[in-house]
Amino acid sequence: MIDLQDISKVYQVGEERVRALNHVTMHIYPKEFVSIIGPSGSGKSTLMNIIGCLDTADAGIYRLDGIPIGDYSENQLAKVRNQKIGFIFQNFNLISKLSAEENVELPLIYRGVRASERTRRVREALERVGLAKRAKHLPTELSGGQQQRVAIARALVTEPSLLLADEPTGNLDSRTSKEIMDILHELHEQGNTVVLITHDNDIARQAPRSLHILDGKVTEVRL
Amino acid sequence: MIMSFRMALRSIGSNKLRAVLTMLGIIIGVMALVVLVSLVNGATSSVADQMASLGSNYVQAYVWGGYGGTREGITLDELDEWVESEPLIESVAPQSASGAMAKYGTKSQNMSIIGTTPSYYDINGLQLTAGRFLKSADLKNNSRVCVLGPSAMDALVGYSDCVGDEISLDGLRYTIVGVLGKSDSLMYSGYGENTIYIPFTALIRQFPDMSGSIDNFYATAPEGTPMKEAENAVRTYLTDRVGKDDWGNDNFYVYSMDVLEGSMDRMTSIFSMLLGGIASISLIVGGIGIMNIMLVTVTERTREIGIRKAVGATRGTILRQFLLEAVVLCMMGCAIGIFLSWFILRLASEVVAEMSMTFTLSANVVLISVVFCFAIGIIFGLYPANKAAKMQPIDALHYGG
Repeated sequence: MIDLQDISKVYQVGEERVRALNHVTMHIYPKEFVSIIGPSGSGKSTLMNIIGCLDTADAGIYRLDGIPIGDYSENQLAKVRNQKIGFIFQNFNLISKLSAEENVELPLIYRGVRASERTRRVREALERVGLAKRAKHLPTELSGGQQQRVAIARALVTEPSLLLADEPTGNLDSRTSKEIMDILHELHEQGNTVVLITHDNDIARQAPRSLHILDGKVTEVRL
Repeated sequence: MIMSFRMALRSIGSNKLRAVLTMLGIIIGVMALVVLVSLVNGATSSVADQMASLGSNYVQAYVWGGYGGTREGITLDELDEWVESEPLIESVAPQSASGAMAKYGTKSQNMSIIGTTPSYYDINGLQLTAGRFLKSADLKNNSRVCVLGPSAMDALVGYSDCVGDEISLDGLRYTIVGVLGKSDSLMYSGYGENTIYIPFTALIRQFPDMSGSIDNFYATAPEGTPMKEAENAVRTYLTDRVGKDDWGNDNFYVYSMDVLEGSMDRMTSIFSMLLGGIASISLIVGGIGIMNIMLVTVTERTREIGIRKAVGATRGTILRQFLLEAVVLCMMGCAIGIFLSWFILRLASEVVAEMSMTFTLSANVVLISVVFCFAIGIIFGLYPANKAAKMQPIDALHYGG
């Protein structure tokens, strides 16, 4: 499903060259729930950007669903993101001027789904995260946990191959964190592939399988 | 497309004050363009109307050669015959000018004399104050009758109640049958008012220096025939009749109000273009304002762009979204500007109502300003929109936390 071979990424920060990813090789299988854990600066954001097709690697091969996407154009990457990946961010990244349902609808618009079907799927996605009643609210009128659930609904609505959660509980208190983690578990049980990126061992431990990233190198760990 | 349109409206609506201020430049520009050009058009069309109402829709022809030798000059009968056969010409009137010592009672004065036919009256838009103009019977009988121009009447008789009196021209007695009034006609006023009109036949009979051939005549076209066509008909006739001289130049000259109308048109369009050009500068300034705000908007919404890209918006989608926003801003400004111009023009028409000028919103100006605004929206929206489209999703997502 996700197949990284010898992936490297180097950033130029001023004079210095920072090797954010150093020959990373890893596999994630369909319907797996994997956490990637690492302290800040370990390269986990870079890894997530590459897995999420937000960025491309300098070297190595990345196959998503068996398709090598290394040499994809920007527009092809946008299409891959739209169809195969659902993002869940630490800071929710909802568009503040759009209501909950409009935020969820956005990826479907970009995919070119018809209006009637969009309405149906948006409603379904919001029901799955238990926010159907808040559909018309703006993000600012929702609590952090509710905003994150809207973000999850937006990630779900396209039925992506991969849910990519980057510190999804980072901005939430422990009670709402648990709610969000419960939803992620539920989604995993329903057959979604979930990749969870975090620096929090307690969160990472909830995944059946964990990968550890440090100084751009990934190792399999047992927590 | 409809979705992007709705999105654009929404994002404009989310900051109304800013949108209005941004549009202000376009609104003022459109108003300047539409109002100025419409004012010029209104003013010149009222001048043109006045010119047309002066009864001066005629073609004038001068002939100065091409006969003599074997060829005869154009006679009155011949000219009449031609008019009968030429559908593009309604009527003609010769104008043969001479001069004579005119005498009334004890007063005598040198006067210019014009020999012509009854249709001269209508063609030149003359007005009688007393009596009648020349009649066709006068021509047939070579009657020695005359009609006085108002200045000629003043100088020679002194009062208009002189119909039936006699004057003598170079010793021959003529009966005054009519007196003309002052006229607004451009061609007639001045020279024409200080003239004595007699039948063409009487003129050639009395003045031996007049050859009897017509060297100057007026022609009118039937209602609805463009002057240009009438002018060409006269030209064709004269080319056929008198041709060119040995150096290949025409032996005649044909002239119509069309020339004047043409130069009026040119003047109008020069004025329109000049004022329109000045107004366009303010439109362009308005466009720069739009670009400025769009650049701010793009920076402000960097994160939104990142999110949109993350969930699958392509470069083209983002480009379209911001471009559309700029164009919608421009077109809204354009619509408001056109509406306000319409209002101002109506107001202006009310103010100058007694000058018989009306200012209307011409479809052309509206069309031009709409197209211009659209182009400005595209041109000045393209750079900010492209800037937004080129943003990398990761950079945009992490912008400002």
